[in-house]
Amino acid sequence: MEKRTDEGRRRFIVSMAQNVAIASVGAFLWSAYVDEAKAAPLVLRPPGARKEEEFIGLCIKCGLCVEACPYDTLMLAKPGDHKPLGTPYFIPRDIPCYMCDDIPCVPPCPTGALDIESVSEVKGGERVFDITKMRMGVAIVDIKNCIAYWGIQCDACYRACPLLDKAIFMEYRQNERTGKHAKLLPVVDPDYCTGCGLCEHACVTEIAAIKVLPRDVALGKVGEHYVKGWEKSDEARLKGSKGIETTVTPRSNKSPEESLNEGIDFE
Amino acid sequence: MSRVWKKYRYLILRRFTQISLLGLYLAGNYLGWKVLQGNLSSSKLFDTVPLADPYAVLQIFATGSIVAFDALLGAIIVALFYMVVGGRAFCSWVCPLNMVTDLANYLRRKFKLDKYEKKWWASRNIRYWVMGLSFVLSFILGTAAFEMVSPVSITHRGIIFGMGFGWAMIVTIFLFDLFILKNGWCGHICPLGGFYSIIGKYNIVRVEHNQPNCTLCMKCKEVCPEKEVLFMIGKKSMQVKMGECTLCGRCVEVCDDDALHFRLRDFAKGEKDVS
Repeated sequence: MEKRTDEGRRRFIVSMAQNVAIASVGAFLWSAYVDEAKAAPLVLRPPGARKEEEFIGLCIKCGLCVEACPYDTLMLAKPGDHKPLGTPYFIPRDIPCYMCDDIPCVPPCPTGALDIESVSEVKGGERVFDITKMRMGVAIVDIKNCIAYWGIQCDACYRACPLLDKAIFMEYRQNERTGKHAKLLPVVDPDYCTGCGLCEHACVTEIAAIKVLPRDVALGKVGEHYVKGWEKSDEARLKGSKGIETTVTPRSNKSPEESLNEGIDFE
Repeated sequence: MSRVWKKYRYLILRRFTQISLLGLYLAGNYLGWKVLQGNLSSSKLFDTVPLADPYAVLQIFATGSIVAFDALLGAIIVALFYMVVGGRAFCSWVCPLNMVTDLANYLRRKFKLDKYEKKWWASRNIRYWVMGLSFVLSFILGTAAFEMVSPVSITHRGIIFGMGFGWAMIVTIFLFDLFILKNGWCGHICPLGGFYSIIGKYNIVRVEHNQPNCTLCMKCKEVCPEKEVLFMIGKKSMQVKMGECTLCGRCVEVCDDDALHFRLRDFAKGEKDVS
């Protein structure tokens, strides 16, 4: 009798262990795949998309933004696209974002993965969209393959930019090679660039010499410890912080010779 | 003709709903029709009513994100609908994979594969484990874990927005159901089916068995994708109560003896239990 209960207990424990082991194996395989599959540092998201970690948690992959886009810019990632499955993205070299004034892709988002607040403001009780607030990425110029940097006249990207003279401006420089010509160089100001990719789309080189990259990939970060002393607002950050009192070292009373010969034993 | 209709009426109706839903979603994407836009994860009905997959929304909650009002309302609408009608009506009347697994099942019967195939046993409760795991993994990974791998979403999204290598997933499910495990995906593993089984447990549309008419031909059990729900066949007059019943109606139409019907739920408990 006692032997049978022991047998039953053993059977129970072993089958429990078996179930837990099967579940763990499944969970590890599954999570290994998902963890890899959700990492896509180079993906460009629709306007108003939250930060990638939040976006990937919220997006329900319904494609309503894709259907709302009048230019077929947005796509849902298919198996084989090597992007987080089912999430919306765009490839500006193929079809850039044309920055519609009413931003039709953002309001349909049912989960708030595309944040309407981030691309609009409420003015007089009415929601007004502001396309200049979009931050899909930032354009980066490859100065070795940009023909304007060679000295050839080209301003395709500058002309294509919807925020012309703000997001891309042309910098004048002397052409040192010829000595008598000018170079007009496209320069991107990340403070204004929305990452729409119209520049990348317009670029005349075989592979675009101006490319849109996700902002957190392309842009650096100075850190807290540098302060723009010439900007009042930035300087104000120092107020009340410790360790910035100007220290004054009192002038030494010794003569210079004394100081130079200090500590030397002449004996 | 009328015999074909009598023997296949629910099957025909189901294919009709499945295909016309796909058609409406496709028209939503390619023609700009405003009847159904989006896909089964979340959509807009007539450009006004939000709909959302409640299981997907729960996974999003598990990641620690709070969804916007539209998705929440959509999930509640869909959940209420399936609570009343029966959760797994989704599986047999809406889900695009149903056609794939039904085909696998049909071929199984046609070529009598059950008789010759090597048998694997698997618990039909795996789906509930998978469902539980999906919430845990969503929490850990910060993204809806099942939605990242869901063959249901991959298939539906693929049909509407472009398939890519998604066909490989469909073939995998087909082969799995055909050669590895009978009703393997829909009846054992799919956590969405598990979720809808739980949601639809107290639905009002039921299959009812009338035992005195039954001749024990077992045609119903042969076609049923969840045959554990038909345990009462030939034994007892009662309604199918288990949430796993997909309300596909195959048992009703294959029955030659008028022993199975669709009925509204019998709220007077126990009355029919006496055979």
